[in-house]
Amino acid sequence: MRVRRLAAWTALPLAVTLGLAACGSGGGSGSGSSDPNAAVSIQISEPQHLVPTNTTETSGSQVLAGLFSPLVDYDAQNKPYEVAAQSVTSSDNKVWTIKLKDGFTFHNGEKATSDDYINAWNYGAYAPNGQGASYFFEKIAGYQDLQGEKPKAKTMSGLKKVDDLTFTVTLSEPYIDFKTMLGYTAFYPLPEAAFSGPGVLKDSYEQAPIGQGPFKMKGTWQHDAKIDVERYDAYPGQKPKVKGVEFRVYQQLTAAYADVQGDNLDVLPTIPTENLSTAPTDLGDRYQTSPMSSFQFLAFPTFDKDYSNPDVRKAISMAIDRDEITKSIFKGSQQPARSFVSPVLPGYRDNTAGAAGEFNPAEAKKLYQAAGGPSKIVISYNGDGGHKDWVDATANQLKANLGVDVVGSAEPKFADLLTKVEKKQPVGLFRMGWVMDYPSMEDYLGPLYTTNGSSNYYGYSNPEFDKLVKEGSAAKTQDEAIAKYQQAEDILAKDMPVIPLRFGENVFGHSSKVKNVEMDLFQRVNLVKIEAAS
Amino acid sequence: MFRYILRRLLQMVLAFFGTTLIVYALMFAGQGDPIQALAGERPVTAAQRAYLTEKYHLDATGVGGFFYRYFDYVKSLLQGDLGQSLTGRQIGDILQAAWPITVKLALIALAVAIIFGVTAGVIAGIRRASIFDNSTLVLTLLVLGIPTIVLAPLAQYFLGVKWQLFPPTAGSEPTFYALLLPGIVLGSLSLATALRLTRTSVAENLRADYVRTARSKGLVKRRIVTVHVLRNSLIPVVTFLGVELGNLMSGAIITEGVFNIPGVGFNLFRGIRTEDGPLVVGIVSVLVVVYLVSNLVVDVLYAVLDPRIRYE
Repeated sequence: MRVRRLAAWTALPLAVTLGLAACGSGGGSGSGSSDPNAAVSIQISEPQHLVPTNTTETSGSQVLAGLFSPLVDYDAQNKPYEVAAQSVTSSDNKVWTIKLKDGFTFHNGEKATSDDYINAWNYGAYAPNGQGASYFFEKIAGYQDLQGEKPKAKTMSGLKKVDDLTFTVTLSEPYIDFKTMLGYTAFYPLPEAAFSGPGVLKDSYEQAPIGQGPFKMKGTWQHDAKIDVERYDAYPGQKPKVKGVEFRVYQQLTAAYADVQGDNLDVLPTIPTENLSTAPTDLGDRYQTSPMSSFQFLAFPTFDKDYSNPDVRKAISMAIDRDEITKSIFKGSQQPARSFVSPVLPGYRDNTAGAAGEFNPAEAKKLYQAAGGPSKIVISYNGDGGHKDWVDATANQLKANLGVDVVGSAEPKFADLLTKVEKKQPVGLFRMGWVMDYPSMEDYLGPLYTTNGSSNYYGYSNPEFDKLVKEGSAAKTQDEAIAKYQQAEDILAKDMPVIPLRFGENVFGHSSKVKNVEMDLFQRVNLVKIEAAS
Repeated sequence: MFRYILRRLLQMVLAFFGTTLIVYALMFAGQGDPIQALAGERPVTAAQRAYLTEKYHLDATGVGGFFYRYFDYVKSLLQGDLGQSLTGRQIGDILQAAWPITVKLALIALAVAIIFGVTAGVIAGIRRASIFDNSTLVLTLLVLGIPTIVLAPLAQYFLGVKWQLFPPTAGSEPTFYALLLPGIVLGSLSLATALRLTRTSVAENLRADYVRTARSKGLVKRRIVTVHVLRNSLIPVVTFLGVELGNLMSGAIITEGVFNIPGVGFNLFRGIRTEDGPLVVGIVSVLVVVYLVSNLVVDVLYAVLDPRIRYE
């Protein structure tokens, strides 16, 4: 306390002189309280990679969001609008023409051209490069030729340069959401300077990535410590309101939380679970929430005969009091889910799960007994992710409401859980989570519920559903696509392959030294909006 | 003496390979799916799986695979190459960045333990059953009873966040001042043990025959304590502190995590969490060397402190 008061005393005369100086220099815009020459600090974990096509986690994506400017970004309704692109158009949703805006330059002065996009995407798709986000390119024609141990080709046949600022992308089949997809990290361009030869990335590139975004690297990536970026003055788009950003690496969120409380760190994008109950009082109005795309659910091993009857699955869903759990365990930092896609999406509807999403213990028990549900239910989860509390609470609710034995069973890691599920070992219900890559219903329906979906670990398969999703992505217009997707979602409500539990929110905190802190749907801080208070 | 050290060094080589073999085997046996662990909860593409599997020979399983990978590892180790972590960074680079910071922290912790622990121990030993002695007893029992995992966040909250006497975390380029709080927290456990050890040892030696002789010769108390008692009392303390230095160097996983200090413990923790076998084995191999060397130094120090001990 004493320290603070002391600081206030010294701060007062300082503020007076600063104020005078500002008047003297003839400045003084209306707001007057933002300092464009200050740098802000943002918490990240050590990124795994900083090559766009190899970056799939939030921390790396946060840094790259400063260094690169995407072709499209998302507006308040989460529809795409052009940023680095002039236009993204297609008459048949199969051949897309991307025109780039003139004036974007890389931080080394190179002009950003269509070659830079084509080279970067080819590098990302080429299997021997082992890029983590390569699957984003699988819709582009010729992607298959770049796969396998000894691929047939090094470049995708679907990418064609027209001129320096125009190129076309041919997909292997029509895809309505291709433009939406282009907002993802994997679709950033790479400058010529990044390559040491055709298709060979320089080892040193990742240590100081050169992009065409609002910020450029200041020095190199200081592993386990920080990544410093500063404003790139030749950036033609919306200019950031701070001079630079320090992305500071933290191993533990609790350490970062202590720093935000002590004004030693400016933005903490995720408040650690341990501190959720005290954070609103600790931080006051510096504690904030905003929508995010995460979706938590319990999956049924539909291949297990105990759970193959949809009525059993519905009964279990009805026996869970979602409101109670989000309130008492998550302190309102997550919202109860009764639909199969996130509310941030165009096309989302409330309560698509219908009666199965309502908490109705009496009906649940009746239905469960009539359908002959198993007498013992196991809920598996990974023990390293802070899931124990809500799994135990869910187990207790099921035990009380269905009158059967329910236990939570922890696997050390998510990978261990997946291994067991893939081997079809009896794990019972298991927890899953999903964060979208781009705001489209297809990004939930496709990977999670189609027969060959990349995250469909529960063996759900319904040909009619697959067909509707496919028709949706091949639709001519967005409205038509959404109608198909919604029909598909209605099938999920009938089959109930998973129990929707909660939709996540960004729960973040910031220091008293910054304002206008906004987080996007991908858990990233908006770097052009953040301001330093002065 | 020279022959003794040489013999110890030769034993160290054996011990080194023995321990790395064990650590490698443990990591190998405990490894689930490191590629999935690396990707977190995302699905891993076949292309990336193939790439990482080939790069780290993850397909070599079973006993044959184990020895293949172990000898491969030892071969590059002998060439001074610690290998690459699963995220593609040179482990040598990681350690090079992490060591100085951990060493600094360990030295601060050790200094805290010596300055406060040994001094208070001597005073408590001389004034047995005094208020000072009893209060240090209570305090040390308290510190020994509270695990670091509780002590560190508490110290951070009160001294760093609430009263703002210290910065809450140290960060990557910490000042001496920023490292002080973590150093004290880390050193408090050694401090408590060092204090108890010194006190007992001093108290015991004060009753020894040679002290009585010295006193009857008319030596001043100050000289008896500083020259005769202290030197003899320090032998067990030095052993303890030597081993403790090895402990502290191995990186305080908890303390470095709480105070966000990117040292050895910080990296070790990440390595274990992400099942990064090469990183864990690399760090542990170096730690084994640290332990072996610090033990050797302690043994040599014995001979210096106690003339009765001779090495042949």
